[in-house]
Amino acid sequence: MSQWHIDVQNVNKFYGEYHASKNISFQVEKGKLVGLLGPSGGGKTTILRMIAGLEQPDNGSILFRGQEMNRVEPQKRGIGVVFQNYALFKHMTVFDNIAFGLNVQKKSKSFIKERVNELLDLTNLSGLGKRYPNELSGGQRQRVAFARALAPEPQILLLDEPFAAIDAHVRRELRSWLREMIDRLGITTLFVTHDQEEAIEIADQILVVNQGRIEQHGTPIEIYQSPQTDFVARFIGESTQFVPKGIIHGFNGVADGREVLIRPEFVEIGKPNEIALPSAASQGTVRHLYYRGASWEVEVEVGGELLIGNRSVEKSSLKIGDKVSVLVHRLIVFENGKANIVENQFKYDPMPVFI
Amino acid sequence: MSTRRTSSVIPGFGLTMGYTIVYLSLIVLIPLAGLFFKMGSGDWQHIIEVITSPRVLAAFRVSLLTSLGAALANGVIGLLIAWVLVRYPFSGRKFVDALIDLPFALPTAVAGIALTSLYSPKGWMGQLFGEIGIKIAYTPLGISLALLFIGLPFVVRTIQPVLQDAETDVEEAALTLGASRWVTFWKVILPTLLPSWLTGVSLAFARGIGEYGSVVFISGNMPMKTEIVPLLIITQLEQFDYVAAASIAVVMLLLSFLMLFVINTLQWLARRRMQNT
Ligand SMILES: Nc1ncnc2c1ncn2[C@@H]1O[C@H](COP(=O)(O)OP(=O)(O)OP(=O)(O)O)[C@@H](O)[C@H]1O
Ligand SMILES: [Mg+2]
Repeated sequence: MSQWHIDVQNVNKFYGEYHASKNISFQVEKGKLVGLLGPSGGGKTTILRMIAGLEQPDNGSILFRGQEMNRVEPQKRGIGVVFQNYALFKHMTVFDNIAFGLNVQKKSKSFIKERVNELLDLTNLSGLGKRYPNELSGGQRQRVAFARALAPEPQILLLDEPFAAIDAHVRRELRSWLREMIDRLGITTLFVTHDQEEAIEIADQILVVNQGRIEQHGTPIEIYQSPQTDFVARFIGESTQFVPKGIIHGFNGVADGREVLIRPEFVEIGKPNEIALPSAASQGTVRHLYYRGASWEVEVEVGGELLIGNRSVEKSSLKIGDKVSVLVHRLIVFENGKANIVENQFKYDPMPVFI
Repeated sequence: MSTRRTSSVIPGFGLTMGYTIVYLSLIVLIPLAGLFFKMGSGDWQHIIEVITSPRVLAAFRVSLLTSLGAALANGVIGLLIAWVLVRYPFSGRKFVDALIDLPFALPTAVAGIALTSLYSPKGWMGQLFGEIGIKIAYTPLGISLALLFIGLPFVVRTIQPVLQDAETDVEEAALTLGASRWVTFWKVILPTLLPSWLTGVSLAFARGIGEYGSVVFISGNMPMKTEIVPLLIITQLEQFDYVAAASIAVVMLLLSFLMLFVINTLQWLARRRMQNT
């Protein structure tokens, strides 16, 4: 038996002429939570649907625990799917919705009752079993969809933007609830999301999908800190991109004529005496200040470029026009579609000679 | 479980409601009230005699049973046709789709004559069926056949849009939960279609009860056997017994109303769950 619970090998999918999945390969270990992240139309749903068996790959194989699944019908794959708009059965009560998969398996009445009640508890829906879907809130419907997918005890759970239609607060709650539940049940889970923060927060691994390709597969930290392609670097996190005209202190000769990308968290902005390594810092002027609640977003001009950085509200406040020191810890340089991370030279040189 | 009252975005409820009531009164209610009025002007003894006469009772039975039979048969066939038209992109679909409306457009007498010449014992189909001992023209079966033709578009055209809008992801959800295609059809698709199916069937049924033109040719109009109520009413009119005609019409009206009411109640029960999600 293979060590991989899900093993996708060189899968291609065409919709007519359109190449929707291009040589997709990836592996998932049992019990892991994998997030599929990428722009709209990138092909995330297509991948999920092929794993569910709702769509057939044109070539390549999909294996579960080493067994080829291509010809296996969706009914026999041991999967649970939560669709983006829930797809609940409107003419059935919450109880009957959840019991559907068990009824299909012809389980006994008492078993079904016990299992459904267990799931109602698990999803915090106790007491709502007799309601119909149109008598529930969005978050409750969402959880019914989860409970329904979990009832037949699937080995693999596939979620297509499970939280898309839910407001930010409930979303956050459901998110940690999902993570906990999946850990408890040990189900291998793939979920599609548009929300980077969501993927980074709960996923063990992230697949960045763009134009039918997998751009990068890695842990959230890898994706975030060492993007391998130009696309991933731009897509993940906030950033400013430009071709430097002047010199950014600490990166002499690194970025000549090439495009660089700087994230706000790479940029430290302070009054001259606040920066620990003055030798590595450049001089800049504050151009804009935006209050972000937990911090200030500061736009500074350095060598003719506008950089964005964050500054704690605890520190003494800045004014527009203030002269400040700007320490750029690292930046990402693009070369032939690759993204290279470059650290500030002066920070690591033991003692630069020209202070 | 409470129903939320949402007020409409578009104002003018008073005006539109007023117009609706005036219109309905002029076109529907006043003529119908006239019927009751006419009946009321008669002698009750006579009215009861007419209504309970074996010939009239037989006509009621023929009309109701053939209409109901045809409506139910159309329920099955219409569902199938709507399904094929919506779900399978075969070539010539547009053409078949256009054919469905033909019974709406064709003068019903034309349909009646065509069906009669086809299914009479000497006609093409009539000979075929005659060989296996089934008589169609001049029997209640023939009446049902005409009503089948007349009622089909009602069922197809009410189910089609609902089927078109039905999200296939509900069916996919059923599949991923382990349901076979058959179970998915019975437990998931059919219940969603039930309200519109009932609408279509009740429309076909109502149309069938009132149908005259296409039926009189194929039925043969034998009293006690294949005489339908609308024909009986006309017979009474031709004998200048207006009270009798009105009485039969009123009973027909009440019976139809009762049946439509039952169907609509069922439909309301089925539709209640389908909204808002
Ligand atoms: N049934 C189909 N027929 C033809 N093209 C399709 C079909 N389904 C998807 N596509 C195309 O394939 C591409 C990928 O679609 P997919 O639904 O996988 O994207 P996605 O990454 O899930 O996007 P989103 O984030 O917007 O849901 C899109 O360009 C889409 O137009
Ligand atoms: Mg999608």
